[in-house]
Amino acid sequence: MIAATAQDVVVEIGSMPILVRTTSPEFVEILEKRYGVYVNPTAKPVFKFEVEIVSSASLSGAIDPDEDLSVRFEQGRWVLERGDFHAELDSDLRHGRIRQTAAPYAIDAAFRIVHSLILAKQGGLLVHSASVVRNGRAFLFAGVSGAGKTTISRLAPADATLLTDEISYIRREGDGYIAFGTPFSGELAQHGDKVRAPLAAVYLLRQGPENRIDPISEADAVRAVMESVLFFAHDTELVGHVFDSVCNLVQTVPVRRLTFVPDSRIWELIG
Amino acid sequence: MSTIYIARNKDVAARKLGGEMMIMSGRDSTLFSLNQTATAIWQAADGVTPLADIVTGKLCAEFDVDPAVALRDAEELVAGLEEHGILKVSNAPIVDAQ
Repeated sequence: MIAATAQDVVVEIGSMPILVRTTSPEFVEILEKRYGVYVNPTAKPVFKFEVEIVSSASLSGAIDPDEDLSVRFEQGRWVLERGDFHAELDSDLRHGRIRQTAAPYAIDAAFRIVHSLILAKQGGLLVHSASVVRNGRAFLFAGVSGAGKTTISRLAPADATLLTDEISYIRREGDGYIAFGTPFSGELAQHGDKVRAPLAAVYLLRQGPENRIDPISEADAVRAVMESVLFFAHDTELVGHVFDSVCNLVQTVPVRRLTFVPDSRIWELIG
Repeated sequence: MSTIYIARNKDVAARKLGGEMMIMSGRDSTLFSLNQTATAIWQAADGVTPLADIVTGKLCAEFDVDPAVALRDAEELVAGLEEHGILKVSNAPIVDAQ
């Protein structure tokens, strides 16, 4: 019997390359198709994922991507579980193993969790929001489902660059924050451009009868941004890091309430 | 009534933003905002100062309140904060509070 050859795919999101090692050529194709320009074979990985592709029958529980996700730290390692995958990560967040079916959804969820855990310790955040770059500055649009994340992305002028219409990726750098493009898409179903730009403002979206931007208190801004942060682990230390990161963000980057009529004139107010 | 001692729970993160004290529970990620009175109590909760002394020394000194009423309100408040895991409450000094 000939042992299957392992292949590596490096997926770089937010300047944080993650290496995925698999013996499944089919899964390599899936990864390359799913992540497109975010695949960067020359990037030096900060995290390595060994993937074991299994049949759906060999995973415990129902194969249901919508099943509640569990992320917990136990016996010195992170354990990530959902209906369609089981993953374990080393405590130092440099290496992990995942058992999953040959579908992109599980590794996509695992990526988001790994990024959120690493970012939490670095002052960065994944935020359920759209983000767009215009004139070299990034703008982030947060809101509940239906608030208009995809709509405001669609309305962006031709000279704007979409980073994502679903999950924004921001990292602390120097005295400010940088927003990165991500392959995590919402209704637009398209990758964000793989670019980065300094974050100029965070807008809390609300659709209404007129276009307007209103200030809000720092405390209200923290409350609103916290509601949009993607964070999966109920870990006291990391929750504290995320809270601190949001407070720092709010004290560093203007956070405003953006009420908009769904037409492109709103971009005259944004920048 | 026995002496009550209070200490900040180490499992919470606290930040003061725009004059408002915000507390995040590490236990369940719940976010709380404390009003001025609760903030004064939270900041004074060192585990060794009796609640009654905090009320007379902090609340009555800073706010125009009747001491008996203030103590009763403070006891209710700390009971609520204890329930949410924000404060630890004991009838003896809490020596590992710092």
